[in-house]
Amino acid sequence: MNDEFPPAPSVVATRPHPGTEPAEQSRRNRYPLRWLMLLMTVTAATVMLAPFLLLVLNAFKTSADYSRHGPLSWPAAFTPQAFSRYLSLVDFPVALGNSVFIAGAVAFLGAALSLISAYAIGIGKVRCNGAILAVLLLATMVPQEALIYPLFYGAEEVGLLNSVWSVVIVFTVLQAAFGTYLLASVMTTLPKELLEAAVIDGASRWQILWRVVFPVLRPTLSVLVVFFFIWTWNEFYLPLILLNDPSAQTVPIALATLRGQHSIDITVLNAGSLLSLLPTLVFFLVFQRTLSRGVTAGAVK
Amino acid sequence: MSALVPDRRLPRKGRSRSGSYWLYLIPIAAGFAVVVAAPFVMNIVLSLYQWKGGMAPKHWYGLGNYLDLMHDAEFWHSFRNSLFMIVAIVVVPTLIGIVLAAVLFDYIGKAFGNRAASFLRATYYLPQILPIAVAGFIWSTILDPRQGSINTYLRSIGIASGPDWLGDPHLALYSVMLMLIWLQIGYPVVVFMAALQRVDPELYEAAELDGAGWLRRFRAITVPQIRPEVFFVVLTATVGALKVFAPILILTGGGPENSTVVPSYYAYRNFFELSRVGYGAAIATFTSVVIFAIAALLIVWQRRSERQEG
Repeated sequence: MNDEFPPAPSVVATRPHPGTEPAEQSRRNRYPLRWLMLLMTVTAATVMLAPFLLLVLNAFKTSADYSRHGPLSWPAAFTPQAFSRYLSLVDFPVALGNSVFIAGAVAFLGAALSLISAYAIGIGKVRCNGAILAVLLLATMVPQEALIYPLFYGAEEVGLLNSVWSVVIVFTVLQAAFGTYLLASVMTTLPKELLEAAVIDGASRWQILWRVVFPVLRPTLSVLVVFFFIWTWNEFYLPLILLNDPSAQTVPIALATLRGQHSIDITVLNAGSLLSLLPTLVFFLVFQRTLSRGVTAGAVK
Repeated sequence: MSALVPDRRLPRKGRSRSGSYWLYLIPIAAGFAVVVAAPFVMNIVLSLYQWKGGMAPKHWYGLGNYLDLMHDAEFWHSFRNSLFMIVAIVVVPTLIGIVLAAVLFDYIGKAFGNRAASFLRATYYLPQILPIAVAGFIWSTILDPRQGSINTYLRSIGIASGPDWLGDPHLALYSVMLMLIWLQIGYPVVVFMAALQRVDPELYEAAELDGAGWLRRFRAITVPQIRPEVFFVVLTATVGALKVFAPILILTGGGPENSTVVPSYYAYRNFFELSRVGYGAAIATFTSVVIFAIAALLIVWQRRSERQEG
């Protein structure tokens, strides 16, 4: 299983420029086809982006404008009215603080835990390392409803219900189960000479981890941090159950809770949605380059 | 005898050396025990009781909850809906994703530059970074029967009353699938495009010189070369499809007329709405076993086909 997936920091092949390629003749014959392909992919992109465009359009309308002209019209005037209304209904700064803390803590703690555990499995080659990976794989597959009720009571028992730490602990472990699996397979591809040289220099295992393995794996770890952050930010089920109190709610749960109250204006919810996705969007755009390396780190909600 | 000495010393030495590596596994072992193993076992124990939750008394029920499950039509209906989730999350996105990835890599990237290809890739991936609470809200406004974007558009072209996308029991499941396809497509595209960068460009050039058209190259090079990634996507997406919860809760709440209930949502409802905790725990346990079994089958099947290839 380990060797099936290419290591995350795979080499990006540099391809020759279009003009320098052979088969110039056949290339010219395919000229219209090329534009057809562009049309197809751009159409697909437009369909994918359309819901986002609608979200932006309707977030800046007044509710009167929305009910008169519907969701497809251009706003009569761009107003921030819906945003200020959303901010007055939801304690957004608190939710934002909770979300940033939870997602940030899980991202870094999860990546660190993945690194340490994968070190023992991928490089330490502890006994039964295959079985340990299989168990961790189970942890990534187990549906949350099979854990939720005992977690709820367990958190209540130790006083962590409605505390952001309950969610931090749970997701650090769940994300690290996946991260360990990924990093362990990357570590098996590290050149042996690198580690042997460090051993000869008299480095201890702890030193080898932080002075040799960590720097080499930094790019992969940064991909893990980005994805852990986004996944944790977007999580729904566990925060919904474990963080019921408004003071502990995350950004998405605050939005969902507000939506559950009936009389809320659509434009207000549009504005709230836009605010809720903005932080991950910024994070995503900043780290967009890591996507090509993120590879197998993608996942399903 | 003398030959045995080094033989026996070697493994002992190996063991003592790897002994301290176990220390590095203590944090994740402790975390796994607290967050996954103990709750999972407790959930199994709960599934053997009839319990309304909270301070209510627990009644031992043995395997009764599981027997009830076998005769519960709504439960089987939720599993049938899981098949639809697999179509929407695994089958359709993987098929579309493989074509889009190949076109972006083989055509757009070469003819219009890698920047164009990565820009398009990013737009396909965008829904993947969306909080599901937001995605669900967006689609509920798009699919709304009166004020929704689709029906507003239909009105503008003369269709006065468009369908009730989420309110019609015959239609709601397909509407949910539509959103899931939109959510999911970016995942295979990104994984497959990364995989294609691993493929030797000379393979394509040789095929091109031989006059192989795009479709030939797609079937003869692209698909076979990225098979490991296709398997990876199918495995992870299948597990994801069997676990679908939030989209159902947010978009339909399992309705109308239970037409969109999935196992995880059915468990949730028993836990938190119907106060049938033991029954909910049985559903959750059963679903977990199904997920593990299907994942194991997929892995075994993949190993076997890999060995057959050599």
